[in-house]
Amino acid sequence: MSGELALASFAAATESHLIAEPRSVRFARFKASFDAAAEHRRLAARGYRFLARSDGSFPTLLGAIHDPPPGLFVRGTGATELLSKDAVAVVGARACSPYGRQVARRLGRELAAAGLVVVSGMARGVDGEAHRGALEAGGLTIAVLGCGIDRDYPAAHRPLAREIAEAGLIVSEYAPGVEPAPWRFPARNRIVAGLCAATIVVEARERSGALITADLALEEGREVFAVPGEITSALSDGSNALLRLGATPCTGSADVLESYGLSPADEHVLELGDQAAAVLERVRESAASADELGRATGLGAGELAGVLTELELAGAVIVEEGIVRASG
Amino acid sequence: MLARAVTHALVGLEPRRVEVEAHLERGIPGFAIVGLADRACQEAKHRVRSGISSALLEWPLDRRITVNLAPAGLRKEGSSFDLSIALAVLAASRQVPAERLAEHAAVGELALDGRIRPVRGAFAVAEGARSLGLELILCAPESAAEAELAGVQAVPVRHLGEAVAYLRGELQPAPVESPDETVEPELPDLADVRGQERARRALELAAAGGHNLLLAGPPGTGKTMLGRRLPGILPLLAPAEALEVTRIHSVAGLLAPERPLVLRAPFRAPHHSSSTAAIVGGGPGPRPGEASLAHRGVLLLDELPEFQRPTLEALRQPLEDGMIAIARASGQALFPARFQLVATMNLCPCAGRGDPAAECSCSPQRLAAFRDKLSRALLDRFDLVVTVPRPRAAELAAGPSEASQPVRVRVAAARVRLREAAPLRTKAADELLTRAVERLPLSGRGRARVARVARTAAALAESDAVESEHVAEALAYRSPKELAA
Repeated sequence: MSGELALASFAAATESHLIAEPRSVRFARFKASFDAAAEHRRLAARGYRFLARSDGSFPTLLGAIHDPPPGLFVRGTGATELLSKDAVAVVGARACSPYGRQVARRLGRELAAAGLVVVSGMARGVDGEAHRGALEAGGLTIAVLGCGIDRDYPAAHRPLAREIAEAGLIVSEYAPGVEPAPWRFPARNRIVAGLCAATIVVEARERSGALITADLALEEGREVFAVPGEITSALSDGSNALLRLGATPCTGSADVLESYGLSPADEHVLELGDQAAAVLERVRESAASADELGRATGLGAGELAGVLTELELAGAVIVEEGIVRASG
Repeated sequence: MLARAVTHALVGLEPRRVEVEAHLERGIPGFAIVGLADRACQEAKHRVRSGISSALLEWPLDRRITVNLAPAGLRKEGSSFDLSIALAVLAASRQVPAERLAEHAAVGELALDGRIRPVRGAFAVAEGARSLGLELILCAPESAAEAELAGVQAVPVRHLGEAVAYLRGELQPAPVESPDETVEPELPDLADVRGQERARRALELAAAGGHNLLLAGPPGTGKTMLGRRLPGILPLLAPAEALEVTRIHSVAGLLAPERPLVLRAPFRAPHHSSSTAAIVGGGPGPRPGEASLAHRGVLLLDELPEFQRPTLEALRQPLEDGMIAIARASGQALFPARFQLVATMNLCPCAGRGDPAAECSCSPQRLAAFRDKLSRALLDRFDLVVTVPRPRAAELAAGPSEASQPVRVRVAAARVRLREAAPLRTKAADELLTRAVERLPLSGRGRARVARVARTAAALAESDAVESEHVAEALAYRSPKELAA
């Protein structure tokens, strides 16, 4: 068991990616002088844990992929058993459209509410929104990083990382202190896909890291869902291409939940006034600017502004860049 | 021989009494001006000498002439002392009666042919004269109406010869024509703006409550057009305000001679390449900047993030206390600057954001740098933030919208209401506000802002109390998170 921690520490020290013990003199020396107990103490002092591949509670799904990591460094208050619960990966572009953000948030929220663990990479865009959705629903979520678990990367997601650590787990195969590097992210994606029985690609360009995750999931025989996107948007080229190749279309959380044999959580019914209900109905048809909503419902600009705030506070709509979208 | 004339120098907007003493004595002929006079003021020598000759008056050729501008410690700038210097020299050489001259203040620049040219700041100089108990001021005809606003009687003189004839009692100058009361050329009208109901509503709220307004959105959606239409829905200035604004505009030399009193809320739209000094005021003898020229009116900053960051930060002081203090070695100048800030901006540097027809190609770093230019502290000063999306073609083809006139009437009524009996929040409204602070990213300052806007909305709705619907509306104009740095 100490072998795996030595291996992970050696990989961090040599800036390399290792999944099995190399037959080198250098590693042999490193292992001989490695004090596993001290290393465990150091991790524990920072509130971190190391879950070795050989450990009984190492997630079976992840252990079954062809190149499982030697172990996972774990940060957060959740139990390591969380890693073995039914999980779904929600991945997609960093530079995503408002549509992509909306879908990711909604899937994250609904899947977590139904009891699944939402797994993603804590990147900008789709990943972050999926985590936020799960947190919103008070559900469980796991972030898999391509750097050390102590590095809140990207920096803009530091508050998000804190929230995830409080409600779920942040994991990485890299030892604390390892810097993010481009080549580590595809390797990270295999863990995202590996932890989950299904992967949902929300929005992806033609050459996107999210597609790597989908490929890895397919290689391991896991289910891959893709959210249909506009055929005119380059942001959806990758996800639409997946659909053409035979991925299951994801037209809502119910599609995914069905494959897990779960049923959607009961939606809480909103108590809305007549005006708010009329506006919400129109927004659910398609996203619109406030002015368009005013014309469609006959409300004055002042009244409409008030109604929109009411809907926003109730969590029924999201207003971004002047466009109102339904969030539920 | 010694003679005196009185005039005023401007320190910022403030008139400071300057006594012009002319002393003639026997000796080597010469002409010196002393008393910390700057270059333009030193050049008065040549203008005064030519002017006196051109007026067929006698230049005391065989005398040594010393002109002292007292107090000697105060810097004197510009050409406004010309007339006083000429009259003091003439009085010292007994060509005009010194006792008559002592009853008058004087302000004006001399032309080489003896004509009197108007100078900036005549209003402030006349105010200074009145505070000294002088009732008459000699000035160019163009400055006469302006000077009379200060409550003194202007004696309009076209030429130095006329001034001398008047002081000798040989001539009664034509009375000052009363200023043109018809109010100014038409301003751009709101009827020109198609659609954009939400932004129009925000503009109306801004006008009624004097709120600062930020319009964000992709290019070509009418942000600037809307901003330019704010002055047209503002009420006319109250008499005291009109005088304040006139004083500033007088010092800046912006008054129209035929309509010196500024009745309408001023509107200033400096370009984003303007320097900090141009915006907040500055210079050796500090002059008011655009922010002060917009006092009691509107300062429109088009493309807000394109302004230099120090310039924007410098605006925080006047936004907070309505004053700009400019310190110089010679003392401090205070410029009032209680303006309403209207700003426009794109949502990202490539301007693709918020536009369904375009895609944003900005990298996260570039976007962050763009947002970084606007500090949270500055964004916090905007009570109303509206994102203006690109209107659909159908909206643009729609018929004309409401014109400025009815909006102006509503705004004026709401202002009266806010002044006389500002509505108070109901319990339900208070609860909504508290709930919003918990749910939304809203700072303490943000909460106060929402409360203010809600009060304006209530006043516009002629409601006696601020109801929860007004708070809800106000919340819709809070600074959205995508603009925050």
